[in-house]
Amino acid sequence: MRLYAAVAAGGFRRYATYRMATAAGVFTNTVFGFILAYTYMALWDERPGLGGYDMAEALAFVWVGQALLATCGLMGGGFEDELMERIKTGDIAVDLYRPADLQLWWLSVSLGRSGFQLLGRGVVPMAVGALAFDLALPEHPLTWLAFLVSVALGVVVSFAVWFLVALSAFWLMDGAGAVQVAWLSGTFFSGMLLPLTVFPGALGEVARLLPWASLLQVPADVFLEKRTGWDLMEAYAFQAGWAVVLLLAGRAVQAAATRRVVVQGG
Amino acid sequence: MWVRSTMTYRFSFAMTLLSNFAATAFDFVVILLMFSQVRSLGGFSFAEVAFLYGATGTAFGLADLALGQVQRLGRRVRDGTLDTLLVRPVPVLAQVAADRFAPRRLGRVVQGLAVLVWSLVLLDVAWTPLKVALVPVMVVSGWLIYSAVMVAGGAFQMWAQDGSEVANAFTYGGNTLLQYPPVIFAQDLVRGVVYVVPLAFVNWVPALYVLGREAPAGLPDWAAFASPLVAGLFVAMAGLVWRVGIRSYRSTGS
Repeated sequence: MRLYAAVAAGGFRRYATYRMATAAGVFTNTVFGFILAYTYMALWDERPGLGGYDMAEALAFVWVGQALLATCGLMGGGFEDELMERIKTGDIAVDLYRPADLQLWWLSVSLGRSGFQLLGRGVVPMAVGALAFDLALPEHPLTWLAFLVSVALGVVVSFAVWFLVALSAFWLMDGAGAVQVAWLSGTFFSGMLLPLTVFPGALGEVARLLPWASLLQVPADVFLEKRTGWDLMEAYAFQAGWAVVLLLAGRAVQAAATRRVVVQGG
Repeated sequence: MWVRSTMTYRFSFAMTLLSNFAATAFDFVVILLMFSQVRSLGGFSFAEVAFLYGATGTAFGLADLALGQVQRLGRRVRDGTLDTLLVRPVPVLAQVAADRFAPRRLGRVVQGLAVLVWSLVLLDVAWTPLKVALVPVMVVSGWLIYSAVMVAGGAFQMWAQDGSEVANAFTYGGNTLLQYPPVIFAQDLVRGVVYVVPLAFVNWVPALYVLGREAPAGLPDWAAFASPLVAGLFVAMAGLVWRVGIRSYRSTGS
């Protein structure tokens, strides 16, 4: 346990080192936040109450999305490139001999990273958004806590997805295609481009059941106090359920992969 | 060489090409979803928004196909491999652009072009020879403008090794911004992309003329034909920034 805590702390520190990258990320998140916020305003002007959100809630959704983009790894978990490179070069064989579990190791790295991203890239865009636009913010102080729990669950689901994607390199060698598919699903089915409640009919119903809903749609709804009481428990159960299923799938794939590991290179 | 190496992993290539197409298509699906809920966005019809989308998407896709790798220059600066390029007797920019050239990026061009053509079919515009000629001029100028922004962004990374995301704000961010009609944005923002960083000349200014609408931010009508001029200025400036960047580049020395 202490080992994994140290690894997580390392993950946090590692991303904290790249100050320039963090500043650049904050800048980009803020720019995109502004562009999205204006398109949402045009949309909600035309159709007030669309998707069950009023204007202030829709705008809050935009900025929560920008704050969680890096934290919940919507466009990449931040570790899959490295892990896939290790699989491709054969370095993975060394990792498998280590007295640490591969999945838990990377989960710890990922948790540390997300912790930093929330502070480093989440807080500032959210604050800018709240100053520049009239956002719906939580009325109960406890909602912030409930939101953080939901974000933490989202982070685990995101990790579990990206871990599976990375392991696909054992079979595909070049995982670029799988990464892109995951990246696409992450942006589209998380609600990043448009809240899932705005998706029409069956598409919306399916989208709200997929794991990616855990990354943004669910935390955002918790933030907007759309899910309280029993509904909140249901939201948590949804996220935790996906986390368990996907983590177990990751385990199974890891076991299958290590049995057939072919070390490339020297 | 990079084309051949990509083809080695055929399955992966097919997947990336398809997903590249889909990646940009999803962008457009969002607009379709929006228009499934509303009749117009800021007073612009679906065909008009599709026209804006197709024009910027094609221009951006072409620039990305040719120069998409330049945005990864920061990595080369960090690990010192830029040095290898500097000692070869070929322009550095050409080497960076050719490095890991990715034909899968064609997906973006094809998608943008498809929407552009579709919008031309749907549009209800009184076409004049001038307007017809303006469409290809707009796409080529936009291509040059985006290319220049990408080169300048690459040069910027020689100072700020980790700053690739700043460039993304102008390239991807600009592309997203220009997909929507200027009237929905704060007018200060519109003035910014007209007079400060004139990205508006990629499509807004010429496209609004084609659509028979008022030019943004109080520009005169003839500004619609200024895109090639703006593109030329952009390219000259990017060349200058690039040269200054190369000259001030210091190896990491590892």
